[in-house]
Amino acid sequence: MTWLSIIIAGLLTYFTRMAMIALVSREMLSERFKEVLAYVPSAVFPAIIFPAIFINDYGAFVEIHDPKIFAAVIAIIVGYFSKNIISTILSGLFSYWLLIFFIFN
Amino acid sequence: MLSKKQLFTRGMFDVAPHMLSVIPFGIICGAIGVELGFSPYLVYGMSIIIFGGASQIVFLQLLSGGASSLIAVTSVGIINSRHLLYGAVLSEYLNKLSFTKKLLISYIVVDQAFAESAKFFKNNKSEEHLHYHLIGTGWTLWTCWQIATLAGIILGSFVPEELGLKFTIPLTFIAIVVQDLKKLDHVIVMLVCGISSLLFFNAPLKSYIIISPIIALFVASLVLRLKK
Repeated sequence: MTWLSIIIAGLLTYFTRMAMIALVSREMLSERFKEVLAYVPSAVFPAIIFPAIFINDYGAFVEIHDPKIFAAVIAIIVGYFSKNIISTILSGLFSYWLLIFFIFN
Repeated sequence: MLSKKQLFTRGMFDVAPHMLSVIPFGIICGAIGVELGFSPYLVYGMSIIIFGGASQIVFLQLLSGGASSLIAVTSVGIINSRHLLYGAVLSEYLNKLSFTKKLLISYIVVDQAFAESAKFFKNNKSEEHLHYHLIGTGWTLWTCWQIATLAGIILGSFVPEELGLKFTIPLTFIAIVVQDLKKLDHVIVMLVCGISSLLFFNAPLKSYIIISPIIALFVASLVLRLKK
Protein backbone atom coordinates (compact mmCIF):
# COMPACT_ATOMS: atom_id res chain seq x y z
CA MET A 1 0.00 0.00 0.00
CA THR A 2 2.75 2.42 0.98
CA TRP A 3 4.74 1.36 -2.07
CA LEU A 4 1.76 2.11 -4.28
CA SER A 5 1.45 5.58 -2.73
CA ILE A 6 5.14 6.19 -3.32
CA ILE A 7 4.80 5.19 -6.96
CA ILE A 8 1.82 7.50 -7.45
CA ALA A 9 3.64 10.33 -5.65
CA GLY A 10 6.64 9.65 -7.90
CA LEU A 11 4.58 9.73 -11.08
CA LEU A 12 2.93 12.95 -9.93
CA THR A 13 6.32 14.51 -9.19
CA TYR A 14 7.68 13.36 -12.53
CA PHE A 15 4.67 14.89 -14.23
CA THR A 16 5.38 18.30 -12.61
CA ARG A 17 8.92 18.13 -14.03
CA MET A 18 8.02 16.87 -17.47
CA ALA A 19 4.77 18.67 -18.32
CA MET A 20 6.13 22.09 -19.25
CA ILE A 21 9.24 20.70 -20.94
CA ALA A 22 7.70 17.93 -23.04
CA LEU A 23 3.96 18.61 -23.35
CA VAL A 24 3.60 22.38 -23.58
CA SER A 25 5.18 24.19 -26.50
CA ARG A 26 6.55 27.71 -26.18
CA GLU A 27 3.97 29.06 -28.60
CA MET A 28 1.20 28.14 -26.17
CA LEU A 29 2.55 30.62 -23.60
CA SER A 30 1.70 34.30 -23.82
CA GLU A 31 4.49 36.86 -24.30
CA ARG A 32 3.64 38.42 -20.97
CA PHE A 33 3.95 35.09 -19.15
CA LYS A 34 7.32 34.44 -20.77
CA GLU A 35 8.62 37.78 -19.52
CA VAL A 36 7.39 37.06 -16.02
CA LEU A 37 9.27 33.73 -16.04
CA ALA A 38 12.53 35.67 -15.61
CA TYR A 39 11.42 36.14 -12.00
CA VAL A 40 10.90 32.44 -11.23
CA PRO A 41 13.94 31.96 -8.94
CA SER A 42 13.13 35.11 -6.97
CA ALA A 43 9.46 34.13 -6.79
CA VAL A 44 9.98 30.51 -5.70
CA PHE A 45 13.04 30.13 -3.46
CA PRO A 46 12.01 32.60 -0.71
CA ALA A 47 9.06 30.27 -0.04
CA ILE A 48 11.67 27.71 1.03
CA ILE A 49 14.03 30.19 2.72
CA PHE A 50 11.61 32.21 4.88
CA PRO A 51 9.77 29.38 6.66
CA ALA A 52 13.09 27.57 7.27
CA ILE A 53 14.38 30.63 9.11
CA PHE A 54 11.33 32.18 10.74
CA ILE A 55 9.24 29.12 11.65
CA ASN A 56 10.45 26.46 14.10
CA ASP A 57 9.92 22.68 14.05
CA TYR A 58 6.58 23.07 15.82
CA GLY A 59 5.08 25.47 13.28
CA ALA A 60 5.38 28.59 15.44
CA PHE A 61 7.20 31.83 14.65
CA VAL A 62 10.70 32.07 16.13
CA GLU A 63 11.73 34.91 18.44
CA ILE A 64 13.24 38.00 16.87
CA HIS A 65 16.65 37.15 18.36
CA ASP A 66 16.68 33.56 17.05
CA PRO A 67 20.20 32.42 16.02
CA LYS A 68 18.89 31.39 12.59
CA ILE A 69 17.97 34.98 11.79
CA PHE A 70 21.44 36.29 12.70
CA ALA A 71 23.15 33.47 10.80
CA ALA A 72 21.00 34.06 7.71
CA VAL A 73 21.85 37.77 7.73
CA ILE A 74 25.56 36.93 7.89
CA ALA A 75 25.18 34.45 5.02
CA ILE A 76 23.37 37.08 2.95
CA ILE A 77 26.09 39.70 3.55
CA VAL A 78 28.93 37.24 2.86
CA GLY A 79 27.13 35.87 -0.21
CA TYR A 80 26.37 39.29 -1.60
CA PHE A 81 29.97 40.44 -1.52
CA SER A 82 31.83 37.16 -2.11
CA LYS A 83 29.51 35.93 -4.90
CA ASN A 84 30.58 32.49 -3.77
CA ILE A 85 28.21 29.65 -2.89
CA ILE A 86 30.62 27.81 -0.59
CA SER A 87 31.40 30.88 1.52
CA THR A 88 27.69 31.76 1.68
CA ILE A 89 26.72 28.34 3.05
CA LEU A 90 29.72 27.93 5.36
CA SER A 91 29.54 31.45 6.81
CA GLY A 92 25.88 30.88 7.62
CA LEU A 93 26.44 27.42 9.10
CA PHE A 94 29.51 28.38 11.13
CA SER A 95 27.91 31.51 12.55
CA TYR A 96 24.85 29.42 13.43
CA TRP A 97 27.05 26.90 15.27
CA LEU A 98 28.94 29.69 17.01
CA LEU A 99 25.65 31.15 18.21
CA ILE A 100 23.95 27.93 19.35
CA PHE A 101 27.01 26.33 20.96
CA PHE A 102 28.78 29.27 22.59
CA ILE A 103 26.57 32.30 22.88
CA PHE A 104 22.98 31.17 23.36
CA ASN A 105 24.10 28.18 25.37
CA MET B 1 31.56 26.43 -28.86
CA LEU B 2 31.94 24.10 -25.91
CA SER B 3 31.87 20.33 -26.40
CA LYS B 4 29.24 18.12 -24.76
CA LYS B 5 31.81 16.87 -22.28
CA GLN B 6 32.91 20.41 -21.40
CA LEU B 7 29.31 21.46 -20.81
CA PHE B 8 28.62 18.40 -18.67
CA THR B 9 31.72 19.05 -16.57
CA ARG B 10 30.84 22.73 -16.26
CA GLY B 11 27.41 21.72 -14.96
CA MET B 12 28.98 19.41 -12.40
CA PHE B 13 31.29 22.17 -11.18
CA ASP B 14 28.53 24.79 -11.10
CA VAL B 15 26.29 22.70 -8.86
CA ALA B 16 29.01 21.07 -6.74
CA PRO B 17 29.08 23.78 -3.99
CA HIS B 18 25.42 23.06 -3.23
CA MET B 19 26.43 19.57 -2.09
CA LEU B 20 27.36 21.25 1.21
CA SER B 21 23.61 21.40 1.74
CA VAL B 22 22.32 18.49 -0.34
CA ILE B 23 24.47 15.81 1.31
CA PRO B 24 23.63 16.66 4.95
CA PHE B 25 19.97 17.03 3.99
CA GLY B 26 19.97 13.66 2.23
CA ILE B 27 21.50 12.04 5.30
CA ILE B 28 18.80 13.63 7.48
CA CYS B 29 16.07 12.41 5.10
CA GLY B 30 17.33 8.85 5.25
CA ALA B 31 17.78 8.95 9.01
CA ILE B 32 14.32 10.42 9.69
CA GLY B 33 12.63 7.84 7.47
CA VAL B 34 14.18 4.94 9.36
CA GLU B 35 13.56 6.63 12.72
CA LEU B 36 9.88 6.98 11.86
CA GLY B 37 9.81 3.21 11.57
CA PHE B 38 9.67 2.72 7.80
CA SER B 39 11.60 -0.08 6.11
CA PRO B 40 15.00 0.97 4.75
CA TYR B 41 14.01 -0.26 1.28
CA LEU B 42 10.97 1.95 1.26
CA VAL B 43 12.86 5.00 2.49
CA TYR B 44 15.54 4.48 -0.14
CA GLY B 45 13.03 3.62 -2.87
CA MET B 46 11.60 7.12 -2.51
CA SER B 47 14.94 8.65 -3.44
CA ILE B 48 14.75 6.95 -6.82
CA ILE B 49 10.99 7.06 -7.42
CA ILE B 50 10.18 10.53 -6.08
CA PHE B 51 13.69 12.08 -5.94
CA GLY B 52 12.45 15.21 -4.22
CA GLY B 53 14.12 16.26 -0.97
CA ALA B 54 11.62 17.88 1.37
CA SER B 55 8.62 16.13 -0.18
CA GLN B 56 10.04 12.73 0.80
CA ILE B 57 10.25 13.73 4.47
CA VAL B 58 6.78 15.28 4.44
CA PHE B 59 5.34 12.12 2.87
CA LEU B 60 6.75 9.85 5.58
CA GLN B 61 5.91 12.23 8.41
CA LEU B 62 2.31 12.48 7.25
CA LEU B 63 1.91 8.71 6.96
CA SER B 64 3.51 8.02 10.32
CA GLY B 65 1.30 10.72 11.85
CA GLY B 66 -1.75 8.77 10.71
CA ALA B 67 -2.70 10.80 7.63
CA SER B 68 -4.32 8.95 4.72
CA SER B 69 -2.28 7.99 1.66
CA LEU B 70 -4.40 10.38 -0.36
CA ILE B 71 -3.34 13.33 1.82
CA ALA B 72 0.31 12.24 1.70
CA VAL B 73 0.33 11.81 -2.09
CA THR B 74 -1.51 15.09 -2.69
CA SER B 75 0.93 16.95 -0.44
CA VAL B 76 3.87 15.59 -2.44
CA GLY B 77 2.18 16.71 -5.65
CA ILE B 78 1.56 20.21 -4.29
CA ILE B 79 5.05 20.63 -2.82
CA ASN B 80 6.58 19.55 -6.12
CA SER B 81 4.24 21.57 -8.33
CA ARG B 82 6.87 24.35 -8.32
CA HIS B 83 8.71 22.25 -10.92
CA LEU B 84 6.07 23.31 -13.43
CA LEU B 85 7.58 26.79 -13.21
CA TYR B 86 11.11 25.44 -13.63
CA GLY B 87 9.98 23.51 -16.70
CA ALA B 88 8.36 26.63 -18.17
CA VAL B 89 11.68 28.50 -17.84
CA LEU B 90 13.82 25.65 -19.18
CA SER B 91 11.55 24.77 -22.11
CA GLU B 92 12.89 27.76 -24.06
CA TYR B 93 16.33 26.13 -24.12
CA LEU B 94 15.25 22.51 -24.47
CA ASN B 95 12.65 22.82 -27.24
CA LYS B 96 15.00 21.53 -29.94
CA LEU B 97 15.43 18.19 -28.18
CA SER B 98 13.50 15.12 -29.33
CA PHE B 99 10.42 14.13 -27.33
CA THR B 100 12.24 11.13 -25.83
CA LYS B 101 15.17 13.25 -24.70
CA LYS B 102 12.77 15.73 -23.14
CA LEU B 103 11.12 12.90 -21.23
CA LEU B 104 14.48 11.65 -19.98
CA ILE B 105 15.97 14.99 -18.99
CA SER B 106 12.82 15.94 -17.06
CA TYR B 107 13.59 13.37 -14.36
CA ILE B 108 16.61 15.35 -13.16
CA VAL B 109 15.05 18.82 -13.06
CA VAL B 110 15.42 19.57 -9.34
CA ASP B 111 15.81 22.90 -7.50
CA GLN B 112 19.56 23.47 -7.62
CA ALA B 113 19.95 21.92 -11.09
CA PHE B 114 17.29 24.27 -12.39
CA ALA B 115 18.81 27.29 -10.64
CA GLU B 116 22.38 26.76 -11.84
CA SER B 117 21.53 25.58 -15.35
CA ALA B 118 18.95 28.32 -15.98
CA LYS B 119 21.61 30.87 -14.98
CA PHE B 120 24.11 29.25 -17.35
CA PHE B 121 21.58 28.99 -20.19
CA LYS B 122 20.74 32.68 -19.96
CA ASN B 123 24.38 33.68 -20.33
CA ASN B 124 25.31 31.14 -23.01
CA LYS B 125 22.32 31.09 -25.34
CA SER B 126 24.35 30.39 -28.45
CA GLU B 127 25.81 27.07 -27.25
CA GLU B 128 24.58 24.15 -29.33
CA HIS B 129 24.47 21.37 -26.73
CA LEU B 130 23.24 23.46 -23.82
CA HIS B 131 21.26 20.60 -22.29
CA TYR B 132 24.50 18.81 -21.37
CA HIS B 133 24.97 21.44 -18.68
CA LEU B 134 21.62 20.43 -17.17
CA ILE B 135 22.60 16.76 -17.39
CA GLY B 136 25.78 17.68 -15.50
CA THR B 137 23.98 19.52 -12.69
CA GLY B 138 21.10 17.03 -12.47
CA TRP B 139 23.28 13.93 -12.60
CA THR B 140 25.53 15.28 -9.84
CA LEU B 141 22.55 16.07 -7.62
CA TRP B 142 20.96 12.69 -8.31
CA THR B 143 24.12 10.72 -7.49
CA CYS B 144 24.86 12.67 -4.31
CA TRP B 145 21.24 12.40 -3.20
CA GLN B 146 21.25 8.61 -3.61
CA ILE B 147 24.51 8.21 -1.68
CA ALA B 148 23.45 10.66 1.04
CA THR B 149 20.02 9.12 1.71
CA LEU B 150 21.60 5.65 1.77
CA ALA B 151 24.19 6.93 4.25
CA GLY B 152 21.42 8.39 6.39
CA ILE B 153 19.52 5.10 6.37
CA ILE B 154 22.65 3.24 7.50
CA LEU B 155 23.86 5.85 10.01
CA GLY B 156 20.36 6.49 11.35
CA SER B 157 20.40 8.18 14.73
CA PHE B 158 24.19 8.51 14.64
CA VAL B 159 23.64 11.87 12.97
CA PRO B 160 23.38 14.34 15.85
CA GLU B 161 20.31 16.50 15.51
CA GLU B 162 21.92 19.20 17.66
CA LEU B 163 24.18 20.14 14.73
CA GLY B 164 21.19 21.80 13.08
CA LEU B 165 22.26 20.65 9.61
CA LYS B 166 18.74 21.30 8.36
CA PHE B 167 19.76 24.95 8.41
CA THR B 168 21.90 24.36 5.31
CA ILE B 169 18.67 24.19 3.27
CA PRO B 170 17.80 27.90 3.50
CA LEU B 171 21.51 28.65 3.06
CA THR B 172 21.81 26.85 -0.29
CA PHE B 173 18.81 28.82 -1.60
CA ILE B 174 20.12 32.11 -0.18
CA ALA B 175 23.30 31.46 -2.19
CA ILE B 176 21.15 31.07 -5.32
CA VAL B 177 19.14 34.30 -5.06
CA VAL B 178 21.52 36.58 -3.15
CA GLN B 179 22.99 38.28 -6.23
CA ASP B 180 19.51 39.30 -7.36
CA LEU B 181 19.25 41.50 -4.25
CA LYS B 182 21.06 44.07 -6.41
CA LYS B 183 17.86 44.57 -8.41
CA LEU B 184 14.95 46.35 -6.77
CA ASP B 185 12.29 44.52 -8.79
CA HIS B 186 13.70 41.16 -7.68
CA VAL B 187 13.87 42.31 -4.07
CA ILE B 188 10.17 43.20 -4.20
CA VAL B 189 9.28 39.81 -5.70
CA MET B 190 11.39 37.96 -3.11
CA LEU B 191 9.81 39.82 -0.20
CA VAL B 192 6.30 39.22 -1.52
CA CYS B 193 7.04 35.51 -1.87
CA GLY B 194 8.76 35.21 1.51
CA ILE B 195 6.10 37.10 3.45
CA SER B 196 3.29 35.20 1.68
CA SER B 197 4.95 31.93 2.60
CA LEU B 198 4.83 32.91 6.28
CA LEU B 199 1.23 34.13 6.04
CA PHE B 200 0.02 31.00 4.27
CA PHE B 201 2.28 28.57 6.11
CA ASN B 202 -0.67 26.84 7.72
CA ALA B 203 -2.70 26.53 4.51
CA PRO B 204 -3.75 22.92 3.90
CA LEU B 205 -1.45 20.33 2.25
CA LYS B 206 1.66 22.56 2.37
CA SER B 207 0.13 24.65 -0.38
CA TYR B 208 2.04 27.76 0.77
CA ILE B 209 4.90 26.46 -1.34
CA ILE B 210 2.98 27.14 -4.56
CA ILE B 211 0.56 29.86 -3.39
CA SER B 212 3.42 32.24 -2.53
CA PRO B 213 5.22 31.91 -5.89
CA ILE B 214 1.94 32.52 -7.71
CA ILE B 215 1.31 35.69 -5.71
CA ALA B 216 4.94 36.76 -6.23
CA LEU B 217 4.76 36.16 -9.99
CA PHE B 218 1.54 38.15 -10.16
CA VAL B 219 3.33 41.03 -8.43
CA ALA B 220 6.24 40.54 -10.85
CA SER B 221 3.87 41.01 -13.79
CA LEU B 222 2.62 44.27 -12.23
CA VAL B 223 6.22 45.40 -11.68
CA LEU B 224 6.99 44.61 -15.34
CA ARG B 225 4.02 46.70 -16.45
CA LEU B 226 5.18 49.63 -14.33
CA LYS B 227 8.71 49.41 -15.73
CA LYS B 228 7.43 49.90 -19.30
